[in-house]
Amino acid sequence: MNIAVAVDDEVSHEAQSSASEAGPAAKRVVVGYGFWIFLLSDIVMFAAIFAAYAVLAHATAGGPGGVLLFNQRSVAIETGCLLASSFTCGLMSLATGSRRYAGTYLAALITFVLGASFLALELREFAGMIAIGAGPQRSAFLSAFFTLVGCHGLHVTAGLVWLTVMMAQVAIKGFRPTVERRLLCFSLFWHALDIVWVWLFTVVYLMGVLS
Amino acid sequence: MNLLGKLDWSAIPFDQPLIMGASGGVVLVIALLLGWITFKGYVPYLWREWLTSVDHKRIGIMYIILALIMLLRGFADAIMMRAQQAVAAAGAQGYLPPEHFDQIFSAHGTIMIFFMAMPFVIGMMNFVVPLQLGVRDMAFPTLNSVALGLTASGILLTNISLAVGEFSKAGWVAYPPLSELQYSPGVGVDYYLWALQISGVGTLMTGINFVATILKTRAPGMSYMRMPVFCWTSLAANLLIVAAFPVLTATLAMLLLDRYLGFHFFTIDGQGNAMMYVNLFWVWGHPEVYILVLPAFGIFSEVVSTFSGKPLFGYRSMVAATMVICVLSFVVWLHHFFTMGASANVNGFFGVMTMIIAVPTGVKVFNWLFTMYGGRIRFTVPILWSIGFMVTFVIGGMTGVLMAVPPADFQLHNSLFLIAHFHNVIIGGTVFGLMAGYNYWFPKAFGFKLDERWGRASFWCWLIGFYLAFMPLYALGLMGMTRRMQHYDVASWQPWLVVAAAGVVVILAGIVSQVIQLVVSIRDRERLKVTADPWNGRTLEWATASPPPAWNFAVLPQVTDIDAFWKKKQRERTQAQPPKERKFEPIELPKNSATGFITAFFAVVTGFALIWHIWWMAGLGAIGTFLTMLAFAFRDEEETEIPAEQIARFEQVNQAEIAV
Repeated sequence: MNIAVAVDDEVSHEAQSSASEAGPAAKRVVVGYGFWIFLLSDIVMFAAIFAAYAVLAHATAGGPGGVLLFNQRSVAIETGCLLASSFTCGLMSLATGSRRYAGTYLAALITFVLGASFLALELREFAGMIAIGAGPQRSAFLSAFFTLVGCHGLHVTAGLVWLTVMMAQVAIKGFRPTVERRLLCFSLFWHALDIVWVWLFTVVYLMGVLS
Repeated sequence: MNLLGKLDWSAIPFDQPLIMGASGGVVLVIALLLGWITFKGYVPYLWREWLTSVDHKRIGIMYIILALIMLLRGFADAIMMRAQQAVAAAGAQGYLPPEHFDQIFSAHGTIMIFFMAMPFVIGMMNFVVPLQLGVRDMAFPTLNSVALGLTASGILLTNISLAVGEFSKAGWVAYPPLSELQYSPGVGVDYYLWALQISGVGTLMTGINFVATILKTRAPGMSYMRMPVFCWTSLAANLLIVAAFPVLTATLAMLLLDRYLGFHFFTIDGQGNAMMYVNLFWVWGHPEVYILVLPAFGIFSEVVSTFSGKPLFGYRSMVAATMVICVLSFVVWLHHFFTMGASANVNGFFGVMTMIIAVPTGVKVFNWLFTMYGGRIRFTVPILWSIGFMVTFVIGGMTGVLMAVPPADFQLHNSLFLIAHFHNVIIGGTVFGLMAGYNYWFPKAFGFKLDERWGRASFWCWLIGFYLAFMPLYALGLMGMTRRMQHYDVASWQPWLVVAAAGVVVILAGIVSQVIQLVVSIRDRERLKVTADPWNGRTLEWATASPPPAWNFAVLPQVTDIDAFWKKKQRERTQAQPPKERKFEPIELPKNSATGFITAFFAVVTGFALIWHIWWMAGLGAIGTFLTMLAFAFRDEEETEIPAEQIARFEQVNQAEIAV
């Protein structure tokens, strides 16, 4: 067999009507697509922890439940911070799209501050609960609560570190394609955290005080 | 506060000659190998061409080497278990004390599933899928190398447990409450958990990489319904990885929190729920079964079609069956524990769903049979494995359907009948498939065939050995023998277990034949040398040289049909092709990267530190990992360019070679 046969064939291209026959996609598409798949897997992981929380929601082992522990006002402010940060993250994407450095930095800074405020409020809530003896070791319910909310908090922390690194990259490398692709992935990540939080807010904090 | 956490000299079992002998031997072999490599001056070559390579073909081969080594390790465990049960009857205790026996069956399961079958399957997909898609690399080449590194880290940690400390005694599924700190205070379960967490992250990366590769980078003209079946089954397997492995990660993380920070997910106190672990574990565990077997189905499809000289019968139904299995695999998990005590309706639902999976699988078996029907079959080693599979797997499938009946399962649950069943499908399905693939694609990877005679010998030994080793277990299961018994009182079980032990010896002969096959083939590589297309193949991997160049294809192939390469050969046979001047353009290839290797190093450091509670070292390892990623993110050059002349020269040389 001739090794060259398959590689230089001149077949008429009239059959290439559909997008699935167009050949390898552009790098930007592949990267974005791959990151979507990652986000999907991350959401599956959250789903498993949500399931565990749902199973253990009433397993308080005689300890305090959600009605006693959750402070609606603090959580509302937290939610406001996170949702607002998603909006400013969108502004950052717009600034990046039109290659404005100042706009990008400013939007990133506000996003960072809002994200950090969210984290600070969450840590204050955790500290308060641990102080009154409602730490994760108290009951299965609290184990699941701290894991679910804490896992989201860890994601936000990772996002803040990532955002910092990205701003360093913008400063040092400018808006080159790799940096732009990473900023795209970051904003996908940040918005996905919002989606998870909306679920978390509903399932943990709203449904938790219903009973 | 101890600087080395829980680690001290008592961690190394100096008083156990068996363990010290084995681990000493392993350390000696590794030291000799490293010494020989250094002495011969191969280190720069190894570093440049392999350890830092991001080439999917090299990475695939390294995965398979890891898997073959782990096959030997896992098989050594199997021999020890069968030998123990052959002698420990009616009051006798055998030669393995219970705590050692428990570690062996836990290690056997963990290694065979996570560190033999998984790397073998992933290695096979790595090598073959981009070639079959007609492209030059994976979507994310460096991520691929990191994934390999993390898999290797998990393997290393598991094997360190042989000499330093102990391995889990809680079985490969590590059910709580046995795996909780209260009942397993040692480091064994921690070795298990961290090894799986680290390699699990690597597997997830692989899954994301393959889904993006298969869905977004295919040769021009290759629509979904023109993809080779192996690509389809790989797609299905990787979708399952993406959807299932995060559940395992979450579940094991919960158990880690229980063990390290006193959480109460699965504990008896604090209102934890141990059955939740079992449910979550199998939400991952059942799709995992299909992650292992679907690629094997793909291999059989390629092999059967090639060696029957016919297109695959029912390509579309094969694709549909694959995707149906992919979806159904998520709604059957409860059949692993019908005895949990869910209601009759719940058990009934999962029983019925389990039986339904047999339908698409049956479709596949008939498709293979009809492909062979009327074909001119060449009885090479790969098709022997395929035929062996069809017979064996159907038996395993039928016993599976039998256990899908909940009342029957109440009798058979955790008996040796179950052990026989899942070895029947995993060995008869996955392992036979991987062996077929290994013999089938070896000439593509190295440019020479594997020796046929030793290949046949190994197949027959494996096949006969398999039946000898596992058919008695069906009988023993029906006689009431449960799994994981270090000794037993019923004397009438012993003859069956002696036969099973003899079967393992026959399988050993098969493995020895495979080692000899490899050695003989390397010795006779000039005689066994092949050109691009040794089997008269049908798919695109046979359209490029053996072994393929780093860039796979000098020009991306244009695909117009299923079996793209076969159609091409037919066209050339029937129509005269005018000779034409071939022009080559320079090709951009991803640059080598040490990121994977360095990440793996830090992953091992972090994992080991966490297992032994050496907190400062864990911190250092985590910082090291972060800095590695940072360095990767800030590198400037990402690609190297292969000049057009080099490509032209390669094509010239290989054409000349083939014309002779």
